Amino acid sequence: MLTLTCPYCHVAAEETELAPGGEAHLTRHGPGSTDEAFEAYLFGRRNPKGVHFERWRHLYGCGRWFLAARDTMTLQVFGTYPAQSKYPPRHIVDAIRAARPGWAPDWDETSGDSAPGVGNDPAPNPTPTRDSFV
Amino acid sequence: MPASTSAAAPSARRSGRYSVFAIAREAMRLHRGWGRAWASPEPRSRYKVVVIGAGGHGLATAFYLGRNFGITDVAVLEKGWLGGGNTGRNTTIIRSNYLQDPSAAIYDKSLQLYETLSQDLNFNVMFSPRGLIMLAQTEHEVRGYRRTANANHLQGVATRWIDPAEIKRLVPIINIDGPRYPVLGGLFQERGGTARHDAVAWGYARACSDMGMHIIENCAVTGVDTADGRVRAVDTSRGRIECDKLAIVVAGHSSVLAGMAGFRLPIESLTLQALVSEPIKPCMDVVVMANTVHGYLSQSDKGEMVIGGGTDGFNNYTQRGSWQHVEETVRSLIETFPMLSRLKMLRQWGGIVDMTGDRSPILSTTPVEGVFVNCGWGTGGFKAIPGSGWAMADLVANGRPGPLAAAFGLNRFAEGRFIDESVAAGVAH
Repeated sequence: MLTLTCPYCHVAAEETELAPGGEAHLTRHGPGSTDEAFEAYLFGRRNPKGVHFERWRHLYGCGRWFLAARDTMTLQVFGTYPAQSKYPPRHIVDAIRAARPGWAPDWDETSGDSAPGVGNDPAPNPTPTRDSFV
Repeated sequence: MPASTSAAAPSARRSGRYSVFAIAREAMRLHRGWGRAWASPEPRSRYKVVVIGAGGHGLATAFYLGRNFGITDVAVLEKGWLGGGNTGRNTTIIRSNYLQDPSAAIYDKSLQLYETLSQDLNFNVMFSPRGLIMLAQTEHEVRGYRRTANANHLQGVATRWIDPAEIKRLVPIINIDGPRYPVLGGLFQERGGTARHDAVAWGYARACSDMGMHIIENCAVTGVDTADGRVRAVDTSRGRIECDKLAIVVAGHSSVLAGMAGFRLPIESLTLQALVSEPIKPCMDVVVMANTVHGYLSQSDKGEMVIGGGTDGFNNYTQRGSWQHVEETVRSLIETFPMLSRLKMLRQWGGIVDMTGDRSPILSTTPVEGVFVNCGWGTGGFKAIPGSGWAMADLVANGRPGPLAAAFGLNRFAEGRFIDESVAAGVAH
């Protein structure tokens, strides 16, 4: 069973305790945006075969939303982090790079208002890297 | 007339026509004369049309390109083995009792093609129109299915609302008065049923091969080469293959292939599971879908109870689903079918389904000229194979969608013109 550690209450929550919430780090486009941007925000999804950043809710726990980095092909979990992160924090990126040497971030780390490792991100608390599908 | 007769002449037929006379002839020579059902050629460097994905939908697309449009310079590329994806992993249910008109049109076309498919392909797909009941177990479902029955009348799709007594007569093993989910009635489509899923892929493959098309297995596409917004070729594990037109018909991997071609799809890939019990004596000769409890059930010709459930909630390419969903499906089905609790389950497996937001498929042109996609069939693709291939061949041959595919374009998401079947169909397909 998939197990994710909630970054707020630090409980190693099993899948039945969590609710999946789809792709993370979507930039919201609302009224005033172009049709293309609005459509891409609502429907366009990366849906990668490999490293995926996604939203989860600790439904039957603390009830809060958080983000996770997970491989959709192996179900390996690289770590979880708070939902307020604009980009995946550095310890998550490092964990992915260690496990997937060929992988590179596809976001621009310099342009954001929340550089990796700062902002709302608490002290790195990396979850052990493991295959969580048992 | 089918193009197969003329096109088959130059390249020797490999398997011959299947008939009672062929069986008698082969019996006389100890069955040493049966040829392979389809050829395994080396890929050429160029085809007019390349279809990616030799599952049911890809092979049906190729077949109707040849049969309806005379296009036989076609290669069907398959990463693994033929029909090894969702075509071989579904619960083989066939029905066309959809709420929305565009869905009813394409699914009923598909059902009509299934009715004569064994004759058309000269291959027994074991189509079994045994009837299909969708159970209403809440007041909400009663209203929903009564509405669907009315919609089906207007669409010319024969379905009817039946009461619990008739359901009990059709399905003696059902528990009508279940404490939590009593059966309040059902939507009955007598023409619905099942078919042998592998045979559908094999039959189409054999017919395509007989038309001179190339079916190339163990050939993974690694890149799509475009220039000036037009497709030029695909790079594969067996070399570069040029093409005028490219049809991407890969279900769960649609986003991956679209990424190679440089665009995104409104698709998310999830795992859907199914399981079968040990074989038992015949006890249920209809298909029953219980959408409230997320389960559907039929008995195979071998006697196994075939059970399908709901999808996992998170993106997944592993073809292994979560254990909890098996438990959830079986736990709730047992309330409606108590005898299931005594059965041992033999096998359980998963497939990757390509889900769209409105639970309707995508048959569409794409931002890249010459590239067409057929995907998004989600949890209900098997029943659609012939109709999907029919509409997709039209789209690929003419470069624009015909009447069956017109409503299923990618532009419907930008325009907010959804074909909302998630309410009509619940979760199960």
